[in-house]
Amino acid sequence: MISGRTLAQGAWCESKMCDDFTKAASLCFLSEGDFKALNLSGGRNVLVKSAYGRVVMAPRIDKGLPPGMIFMAMGPWANSLVGPDTGGCGTPQFKGIEVDLEPTDEPVMDVRSMFTNLRGAKT
Amino acid sequence: MSGQEMKTRVEEDVLCSFCGCLCDDLVVEIEGNKVKNVRHACRLGASKLMGHERIRTPMIRKNGKLEEVSYQEAYDRAAQILVNAKRPLLYGWASTVCEAQKKGILLTEMVGGILDSTATVCHGPSILGIEERGLSGATLGQIKNRADLIVFWGCNPAEAHPKHGLRYSTNVCGFFTPEGRKGRKVLVVDVRQTRTAKNADKFIMIATGSDFEVLSALRMFVAGKGEFVPEKVGGVPKEELFEAADMMKAAKFGAFFFGLGITHSRGRSKNVGNALALIAELNAHTKFVVMPMRGHYNVAGIGQVAAWETGFPMSIDFSRGTAYFNPGETAACDVLSREDTDAVMVVASDPASNFPRGIVENLAKVPVIQIDPYENPTTLLAEVVIPSAIAGVECEGTAYRMDGLALRMKKLVNSPHPSDEGVLNGIIESVKKLRGTEAEAKAPNEASA
Amino acid sequence: MIIRGGIVYDPANGIFGEEIDLCIDRGRIVEDAKGEEIDAHDLLVMAGGVDAHSHIAGAKVNAGRIMRPDDARLGMEQATAVCRPSTGYTVPNCYAIGYRYAHLGYTTAFEAATPILESRHTHEELEEIPIIDKGALTLFGSNWEVMQCVRENDLKKLAAYVAWGLRASKGYGVKIVNPGGGEAWGFGANVKGIYDPVPNFDVTPAEIMKSLAQVNESLRLPHSIHVHFNNLGKPGNYTTAIESLDLFKDIKPSRMRQVVHVAHMQFSAYGGTSWKDFKSEAPAIADYFNKNHFCTMDIGQILFGSATTMTADAPLEYGNAHLLHTKWSNHDIELEESSGVVPLVYLRKNPVNAIQWAIGMELALLTKDPWNVILTTDHPNGSPFVNYPEVVSLLMSKVKRQEELSNIHELASKRTTLTGIEREMDWCDIAIMTRAAPAKILGLEDKGHLGVGADADVAVYDLRPEEVDPSTQHDLVKKALAVAKYTIKGGVLASRDGEIMAAPVGRTFWVDASVAKEDEERMMEDLKEKFDRYYSIKLSNYMVQDAYVPNPVVIKAGALPVEEVAP
Repeated sequence: MISGRTLAQGAWCESKMCDDFTKAASLCFLSEGDFKALNLSGGRNVLVKSAYGRVVMAPRIDKGLPPGMIFMAMGPWANSLVGPDTGGCGTPQFKGIEVDLEPTDEPVMDVRSMFTNLRGAKT
Repeated sequence: MSGQEMKTRVEEDVLCSFCGCLCDDLVVEIEGNKVKNVRHACRLGASKLMGHERIRTPMIRKNGKLEEVSYQEAYDRAAQILVNAKRPLLYGWASTVCEAQKKGILLTEMVGGILDSTATVCHGPSILGIEERGLSGATLGQIKNRADLIVFWGCNPAEAHPKHGLRYSTNVCGFFTPEGRKGRKVLVVDVRQTRTAKNADKFIMIATGSDFEVLSALRMFVAGKGEFVPEKVGGVPKEELFEAADMMKAAKFGAFFFGLGITHSRGRSKNVGNALALIAELNAHTKFVVMPMRGHYNVAGIGQVAAWETGFPMSIDFSRGTAYFNPGETAACDVLSREDTDAVMVVASDPASNFPRGIVENLAKVPVIQIDPYENPTTLLAEVVIPSAIAGVECEGTAYRMDGLALRMKKLVNSPHPSDEGVLNGIIESVKKLRGTEAEAKAPNEASA
Repeated sequence: MIIRGGIVYDPANGIFGEEIDLCIDRGRIVEDAKGEEIDAHDLLVMAGGVDAHSHIAGAKVNAGRIMRPDDARLGMEQATAVCRPSTGYTVPNCYAIGYRYAHLGYTTAFEAATPILESRHTHEELEEIPIIDKGALTLFGSNWEVMQCVRENDLKKLAAYVAWGLRASKGYGVKIVNPGGGEAWGFGANVKGIYDPVPNFDVTPAEIMKSLAQVNESLRLPHSIHVHFNNLGKPGNYTTAIESLDLFKDIKPSRMRQVVHVAHMQFSAYGGTSWKDFKSEAPAIADYFNKNHFCTMDIGQILFGSATTMTADAPLEYGNAHLLHTKWSNHDIELEESSGVVPLVYLRKNPVNAIQWAIGMELALLTKDPWNVILTTDHPNGSPFVNYPEVVSLLMSKVKRQEELSNIHELASKRTTLTGIEREMDWCDIAIMTRAAPAKILGLEDKGHLGVGADADVAVYDLRPEEVDPSTQHDLVKKALAVAKYTIKGGVLASRDGEIMAAPVGRTFWVDASVAKEDEERMMEDLKEKFDRYYSIKLSNYMVQDAYVPNPVVIKAGALPVEEVAP
C-alpha cells in the first residue's frame, strides 16, 4: 500500500469535516486485474488489513497501478494501516506497507465516526 | 451594509498559501470583506483562498463537550496545560507564517517543551539526508531559465504542485530555454504511473521500496562502473537504467525533484542521502541541482526559522534549557508513540489525520490544544480550541518557498480572529502571568523585593 | 554613565594609551555625564570592535546550520533570564552570534554577502541577532542587469541599478564575488581570469569590477566596492589579485576612504603552480599595499580546527568538496549569483593549511600601515569569530608565532617568510585593525572611535596594558580579549565578565542613494522585462519591505546633489 496527495484530497484538506473530504480520502485504488480478481464490482467495499490496523474503503480502478499495489489518498483512512515505528529517523514508513484485501459489505466510516471512539476513550 | 463596502477590489500578485510552490501571480477579486474570485490559481490554491467552514469561537472541553469561551479564558487554560506539563509537545507550524513560528519557538523554550514541525511526517528524512550529504540546489528561477532535463522522482506535481511545471520546471520558457517543454526532456521515476508520469519523455516504474538500489545503480553508471550493476535493479532492466544515467549526464542543466515517494518508503533518509550523492556526483560531468518538493506553503519556513533561532531545523527538545535535537528520539511521532509527552499543542496542522492510527490513539490520551482556522479531526480530540486568522489571506507574514526563497504573504481581507502570532502572544502572556503568581506563592518576600 | 580611569586606545582621535574618563549619555559619547559609574582603573579600554566582513546571516549561513547538526552541538548553552539558548561553534544560532560578539567587546558586524533576491531572509536573521549593530553587503558581481549595463557601457544606468539594488535589498554596499563566475557556474563552468569573458554575456570580470567601482564612486557610497577576487583559493592566484587591483588605480575616491576593499586577502595571496609547490606570495601583496593607498584588505586569517566555508564563489566550494570528499551544499540564485557551503577542518600537519595560516600572519605583519589591513577570519571560513583573540595574541607576540611554527608542518617555515618577521604589534595597531580601520573602511562615522558624538560602544578588558607584556604574556592577552570585562553597546552594559547583562536590539545600516529619474526609468524598462520573462517572482514582491528592518539607520548617498545643499 502506498498513500499520497490527490487533487481532490488536497482541495478539501482544510475542510475535513465535510462529506467531500470523506469521499476524496476514503478511496482505495487498485489495478484493474486486482479489482476484478477480488470481485469488487457492484458497489462493494473493500476491507484493508495491515499488521497495524484495518479500514473499510470504497474501491476504484487506477490503470496506472501495477498489480499487487494499492494507492490511497493520505488521511485518517490510510493512516489506520500505518505503524508507529520511525526507524530512528522521526518519520513513520507511510508507503510500502503490506496489506491484505477482501471484499466486504461493511460501510465506509465517515470522518467523525473515525474519531468517535478516541474521544470516548478520553473522557 | 453600505454600498461602498460592497465595492469590488482587485489585488494582484497575490501569494498562494497552499503548497511549497508559493505562486505569487494570483489575482484575487474581493467584494466587501470576502474573496469573490481567484484567478491564475490551481484547484488547490483557489479552494484555499476561497475559504471553507471555520471555527467561530474559542472553545474548552467541559464534561466531554466543547463549550464556547472567551479568547482570554482559552489562553489561560492553554497556558495552564503547558505549564503543568512535564514535557509538552508543540507541533505543526507548516501552514502559518514565520512570525508565528518565532513565537512558537519562544513559547516552547519558556515551557521547556519539544518543538516539531509537520516536516517530521513528510520531508524530515530529506533534512537528515542533507545533514549527511549537503544539497546542491538552486532557486526555481534558475531551473526555469536553464534546465533542459527535469527529473521527478517519487513525486507527483500534477496533483500535489499543479503549477510547478508551468511556472518553474517542465513547461516554462526562460532565458536559455526559450522553447519551454519542447526544449526539455522529462524523466519520471515512480512506483506507479501517476498523472505526472503520463507527461514524461521517459517513465521508469520501479518496485516499491527499491529507490535506494535504483539510485545506487545510477551512481554506478555515472561513475563509469556500470559493469557491476546487476541485470535487473528494482525490477528495471539494467539497459533502461543505463539510458537514464546517460540522459542525466547528457543534460546541460539537470534538475532533480523528489517527493514523499522516497522519504516515506523503505530507506527513508538513506534514500534521500543516496539521491543527493547522485546529484553531487553528476556535477563532475554537468550541472545538476536537486530539490525536495515541499508540501505546505511554509513548511520550508519552519525549518529555516528553527535553524537560525535554535541551530536545528526540527524535532527540538528544550527540556534541558538549551536546544537538543535527535530525530528518532525527539520527533513528534517518537515522543507520542513512547507516550513520552503529557500535553500537545497543535498549530496549523492536523496530526489526528496525518499520524499513524496508533500514535493518534496516544494523542487522544493527553490534553490537546489546537490553534487553527478550521475544524478538523484534531478538533475532535482537543481540550482547548482557539480559532485564528488565515495567514496569507487575513494577515501578513513571511513564508519560504520550496527553494528557500522568502516572500511576504499579503493580507486580503479582515478577520474577526487574531493571527496565530497574536494567539501565541496571548498564551505567552498567560504563561508569564501564571509563572509570576507561582513565583509569588513560593517566595513572597523575594517577589516583592 | 561614566567609565572611569581606563587606559584608552582611540587611535582615530590620536589617543594612544592615556588615562581618560569616558562619559556616556543617551547612547553617545559626551563631554560630561552623570549616573552609573564603571570602574576601569588601569584597564585596557577601546571602542567596541567592528567586524567588516563576517558571514552571520542569510541563506548560506542557515544552509550551514542545517547541514551541520554536529556543529550546533558544539556550542550548546542554556537560556538565562536575559538570553535565549545558544548553539553552534562555526555556525552559531542568531542569539549566540550577538552574545559572543558582545563577550569579545565587539558591537558591530557586517554580513559580507547577500544576493538581492534573498535579502529578505538575510534581514530576518539580522533582526534576530541581539546587541550588535549590523548591515549587509549586497552582491552585484554576476548579476544580469549589471552585466547588461556594463556591456552597453551605460554607467548611468548601472548606477541607477546599483542604487535600486541597495534599496531593494536594504543593503549597505557593493559586494563583488568572483565576478562573472557565479553566472558561468549556472552551467557548471567558471571564469579563469579577469579578462576571460563571462559565457553568453560578452563582458569580462575586469569590466564588471571596474564599472562597479566607478559607479560606487559616482554614487558616493559610504563604503567602497568590496571584492572577493577571481581565482580565489587557487595556487598562483596572487597575480590575479594584483591584476585586479591595478584596475582601480586611476579611480578617484568620492569620500575619504579607499576605492577598493579586498576581502580575506589571505585566500588570494598564493604562489606556486599547484598544491605541490604551493607557497606564499604575501610579501608581494603587502608590498603592493605599502606602495598604493587606494586599497585596503582584511586578512581572512585561518586558524587550525573546525570551519564552515561559505561563499558566493560556488565553483570554489564545489572544488573544495571534490578535493576533500566532504559534504557539499550549493545554491544558485536566478539572474544574480551562486553560492556554496562546505565544512572543513584546518590541520596543523597539513602543509597547505600550515602555509595558509602563515600567509595571513605575513599579510598583517608586512603591511606597514594597520589602517590598510584589518582583522578578520572571514567568519566562519577561516575560523569562527570567537577566535579573534588568538589572532591578536599571535600578531602581538613573535614568541607565540614561533611556538606555533614549531608545531605545524615545516613547509610553513620554508614556503613563507614568517619565521624572519620580527614585528610585534602594539595595542594601537590592534585598536586600529579591530575597530578604527574597519569603521573607516565601511564609512561608519560614529563607530570605531570614542570622540564626542560617537556611538557609546565601548569595550573594557581585564588587562593592564601598562603591566602586561603581550610578547611574552600572550596567554593573558588572549584570555582578556576573549571575555571583555565590560561591553557597553549604545550606552547599555550588555556584557560583564562573560555574562550577558542586557540584550538591547541592534540597528541595521543601509544606504539609500539617489539617481537621476531618467536613468532610473531606463533601468526599470530593463528590469520589467527581466521580471516578466526570467525571474520566478513578480517585481512587486521583490523588494525587502520595511517590516524586515524595524530599526534602520538609513545613510543617504547619491549621484545628485543631496538635499542638505538646499537652503
